[in-house]
Amino acid sequence: MINALIGGAIIGLAASLLLLTLGRIFGITGIMSGMFSGFNKSNIWQYMIVLGLILGSAITSIFMPQFFQYEFKTSLPLMALAGFLVGYGTRLGSGCTSGHGVCGLPRLSIRSLVATMTFMISGIVTVFIMGRF
Amino acid sequence: MSNLVALLLGLIFSVGLSVSGMVNPNKVIGFLDLFGNWDPDLIFVMGGAAGLNLIMFRFILKRKNPLLGSDFHLPTASQVDKKLILGAILFGVGWGIGGICPGPGLANLFTLKAEPIVFVVFMILGMLTFKFTSK
Repeated sequence: MINALIGGAIIGLAASLLLLTLGRIFGITGIMSGMFSGFNKSNIWQYMIVLGLILGSAITSIFMPQFFQYEFKTSLPLMALAGFLVGYGTRLGSGCTSGHGVCGLPRLSIRSLVATMTFMISGIVTVFIMGRF
Repeated sequence: MSNLVALLLGLIFSVGLSVSGMVNPNKVIGFLDLFGNWDPDLIFVMGGAAGLNLIMFRFILKRKNPLLGSDFHLPTASQVDKKLILGAILFGVGWGIGGICPGPGLANLFTLKAEPIVFVVFMILGMLTFKFTSK
């Protein structure tokens, strides 16, 4: 529980500092989709965030390998399906856990509140159904 | 300068994802397993992150402009519509199946395990499919 709270606060800190410095919302799918318009001066920051996301965990694993002691239990075809649904769904729904949850809820956005509740319920129902097979 | 800051903040966010347990698919699925062996930890992740931002955003958005830019770029849409709901439903299904959302997908790449690599590749395909099919 303490790790969850500390980790959450670190996530929040990064999101707050991004708003303070660049004036941007830390929504990961929004940031990723900005990369699709090629590579130019105005979207280098989005590449940098993604690079940071890829490297930050790698660095963490050097000092705190205990956070990476797990195996994925979902088969590869299902991981492919999961990835596709997450990619398509977050674009259609304008955000994911970071954009709607971490940043939208504190902005008291009704859209983000509805989206967060919807994907939580949808995830709970999915895990319930998956558990029956 | 902006790009260096962005890199650093990406790194910090990823450290948070690691420490909080969001990178661990079994922990996420345990959290979503409300009617099974429920693990409530991720409430504290969201509580810690959104709670801190609730306070910080107030002060930050009182400023006229961000430190390294001319304007704040905030979402302007305010209508709850079918796209928002359907998108969130599809995302939730994917999150429940795989146990990782986009950030943790990226943060798991360094492990070079097949599952996060396949997840991220198909996630990008899903995003591109949306881009080329919507309007």
